[in-house]
Amino acid sequence: MNWLEIVSIAGATIAVSVGAIGPALAEGRAVAAAMDAIARQPEAANTVSRTLFVGLAMIETMAIYCLVIALLLLFANPFLN
Amino acid sequence: MESPLVSVAWFTIGPVPITHAVVVTWGMMIVLAGLGFLLTRQLRMTPGRLQSALELIVDTVDGQIRNTMRTEPAPYRAFIGTLFLYILFANWAGLLPGIEPPTARIETDAALALVVFCSVIWFGVKSSGVWGYLKSFAAPNPLMLPLNFVESLTRSFSLLVRLFGNVMSGVFVVGIVLSLAGLFVPIPFMALEMLTGAIQAYIFAILALVFIAGAVSNGEPESSDTESRSSS
Repeated sequence: MNWLEIVSIAGATIAVSVGAIGPALAEGRAVAAAMDAIARQPEAANTVSRTLFVGLAMIETMAIYCLVIALLLLFANPFLN
Repeated sequence: MESPLVSVAWFTIGPVPITHAVVVTWGMMIVLAGLGFLLTRQLRMTPGRLQSALELIVDTVDGQIRNTMRTEPAPYRAFIGTLFLYILFANWAGLLPGIEPPTARIETDAALALVVFCSVIWFGVKSSGVWGYLKSFAAPNPLMLPLNFVESLTRSFSLLVRLFGNVMSGVFVVGIVLSLAGLFVPIPFMALEMLTGAIQAYIFAILALVFIAGAVSNGEPESSDTESRSSS
């Protein structure tokens, strides 16, 4: 196993683990804000939760980008082969 | 481990390699189109149980389009509805044993994103003409020209990566848990995957709708927007 492979694996791990921090914090804030809104206005719960789901999926996309980068490093690395 | 980015040909028809995802897509096309054809043979003014369910689906799609675009949903209903139903059932197809969701392969998602990209141009040109649509790239001022061009490419790309990443990671997680833990352990993950699949289908359709709405509303004066908003 040469250095390039080791660095690729380490890079993939770091990409996923560091890239998960931001979206995790952001999702926590989004859910907290939505809970707050529902507690204030329970009649708007449907709209709020629908928008919340869309927003969460948007935020989650950031983590998914990191996952795709990690998979590229592991399975389709242009510098290996 | 098998790479999620590489598709292996299942069999070939002449020079064309056919993958698993393509066969599953064909099967879904047959089932969905066949059901759509059979269930709409006998439409009545006083709907039965089945027709009520179908009308509920169409009404929901219409409502979403009306909420997002503030116009009549008729020109967009077929495209957005088909997109939503196809992605929804493609994501849920993974629940059947032996079938992998076609959207877990990057080619299917690339095709869907390309369809959305072209349809944005199509609806934009149809509503405001070729020159009007091209001029919308230079709004609000010509300095934004390269930025708007790049944006129209990157947002299609992010549609592609979002759908692919979500569905593929779900398939991956279920596979890993299955190989580590055993037979019935992945069931909660599969339930979560159903939820994710539905949300991703909804988001894909809504984002396509928002992009089309952006391209269409460029050519229209502001007053028509407020008119339809007050009337709705």
